[in-house]
Amino acid sequence: MALSIPKLPREEPLAPGHRLCSGCAAPLVVKLTFKALRPGERMVAVVPTGCLEVATTIYPETAWKCPFIHVAFENAAAVASGIEAGFKVLIRKGKYKGKMPYVVVFGGDGGTFDIGLQALSGMLERGHKVLYICYDNEAYMNTGIQRSGATPYRAWTTTSPVGRKIPGKPQFKKNIVAIAAAHEIPYAATASIAYWADFITKVRKALDAEGPSFIHVLAPCPRGWRYDPRLTITVARLAVETRFAPLYEVEYGRKVRITVKVPRPKPVTEYLKIQGRYAHLLRPEYAKEVEILQRAVNEFYEYLEKLEKLSTT
Amino acid sequence: MAKVIGLTGDEAVAYAVKQCDVDVIAAYPITPQTVMVERLSDYVADGEIDAEFVPVESEHSALSVCVGASLTGARVFTATCSQGLALMHEILYIASALRCPIVMAIANRALSAPINIHCDHSDTLGSRDSGWIQIYTENVQEVYDSIIEAFRISEDKRVLLPTMVCLDGFILSHCMERVETLEDAEVKGFLLPKPEYPYPIDPERPMTYGPVALPDFYFEFKRQQEEAMKNARSVIREVNDAFAKLSGRKYDVIRADFIEDSDVVIMCMGSAVGTMRHAVRELRKEGLKVGLIKVRVYRPFPEEELRKALEDKKVVIAMDRACSPGAMGGPLYEDVCSLLYDAEPKPKVANVVYGLGGRDLTPSDAKGICKYALEILKTGIVKERIKFVGVRE
Repeated sequence: MALSIPKLPREEPLAPGHRLCSGCAAPLVVKLTFKALRPGERMVAVVPTGCLEVATTIYPETAWKCPFIHVAFENAAAVASGIEAGFKVLIRKGKYKGKMPYVVVFGGDGGTFDIGLQALSGMLERGHKVLYICYDNEAYMNTGIQRSGATPYRAWTTTSPVGRKIPGKPQFKKNIVAIAAAHEIPYAATASIAYWADFITKVRKALDAEGPSFIHVLAPCPRGWRYDPRLTITVARLAVETRFAPLYEVEYGRKVRITVKVPRPKPVTEYLKIQGRYAHLLRPEYAKEVEILQRAVNEFYEYLEKLEKLSTT
Repeated sequence: MAKVIGLTGDEAVAYAVKQCDVDVIAAYPITPQTVMVERLSDYVADGEIDAEFVPVESEHSALSVCVGASLTGARVFTATCSQGLALMHEILYIASALRCPIVMAIANRALSAPINIHCDHSDTLGSRDSGWIQIYTENVQEVYDSIIEAFRISEDKRVLLPTMVCLDGFILSHCMERVETLEDAEVKGFLLPKPEYPYPIDPERPMTYGPVALPDFYFEFKRQQEEAMKNARSVIREVNDAFAKLSGRKYDVIRADFIEDSDVVIMCMGSAVGTMRHAVRELRKEGLKVGLIKVRVYRPFPEEELRKALEDKKVVIAMDRACSPGAMGGPLYEDVCSLLYDAEPKPKVANVVYGLGGRDLTPSDAKGICKYALEILKTGIVKERIKFVGVRE
């Protein structure tokens, strides 16, 4: 599907003046998602507790131009299931006269990888027609940069500090797309705010899927990742160019395709060195840690290539 | 024409919910509530009810699904108890504050540890501050009737609060009794056409639900919930009257038996009311006068009715099927003490804690409680503020 900018919807889901930090990726995720809607199509946004929710809906103001529902932290997928079920039955019984809206969740990594994982799994298994988008800023940014299951290896956070004995988070990031895809849902993918055409195409595919879909978006956070806010798109692009966050999709848990190929990746240090959260890794004593990271990045991309080959043969 | 059928408490809940033509049911199985979920699944699978049944992966999600569905304007039902209700606890407050008129049946069961599947009220009494209306039932007929009343009360625009209909685990949930049912059309006519939720989710009229409200607004939201509970008092009265007209069965927020000529009154909730009534009747034959008050609607607390019923009484025993370690007494006891603080003359008030984890309240226990009350009347002394009945010390 070829995208043309003039044909994209001009309406924006978020009004200006919301309170998200400058350089925050979350509103871009919402904005790009909205661009995938066709004329007359409607979206209902479900957002668990987190940065996006607290910064856009401080009563009596709201930045949302589409219906917005926040209930709690760990249950966005369940709330979305209920909204989908509600509209389905009300339309069937003639009690709601409008068209079925798309129900889209925008959850942070805490609300998705960690506390919301059970509700997400339930929703995916039950097959609700909901698109779940995780904007992953790789830590609990809303409470002030605490490590999550999405925080990468050796990244600094306030609860995975760079101490004298332990240099940042000792564990690797959870593979959330594999978890979602393991439910054999019609569509799971990763997307990047630096690759807007790929992003919008994937959202469209997800919305057209017959059943649940999941998109993981790396969402650079200037506050938590310690970089200049004007560099958000650069950081997001480097994550792809270094193969740190490859762009791919998985259909029905089986068919894997790398959507943005990176034939000549930049070294991961290019990605690490512009972020303060990795500053310690540039010190000579942690050269081995960088090697470990580089190896993990290489191995995962090669693994994806193998899966892609398997899917096409 | 009313049909009389034999139903267990769980089946009566499911049958009433079916007749109420609910749109969305989300539930997770937990003993002794499970049969409700099974029957409702049957109704949906057989096409006897046009509803979405969402078989969730936990009670937390059950109530979360209900909140989402309720915000679309759907009529919504769930059921749980004990650990399940405890897991829902966080969402209980959100459901009531978002003013979702959800109806939830609770097959009251003790809380772990030790794990136990039998009846006490510590689950729902622990949720008394969550902004839900709570109805405690005495028998299966009342279970059936209360479910229907609950939808009518919750969905009224003056109320828009969720309601728990509580039935004692096993004692009512699994006990088959004779139930006079209403015709489907009668139930339909009794209920509102749909919940009177003023702003259901509609993309053509976008709204924000569940925003952040900081110190400048949070308080006003909470104040409105208090107002809704106040409105619920009169709506419950109206609904009880309307239901009496339809069914011939008249309920009230409390039920008082033999209180006119009694100086002592026992207060109690749930199925134990029947046992206590039996004991009170038996003692009357011996010339011992004891009154009985069943608290049917516990939230909103029936202040006015109770104040009137307890006027001039000399001894009041509040029976709690729950314990609150470290507190002055059980929840009902504390509420009754608060209620009677202004009373002139002030009666002696004592607390009886009984039946935890499904321990039977035997007829002789029941008589013993009455005699305990009479002894306080005679001596004017409450020796132990909390008396534990039926426990091995």
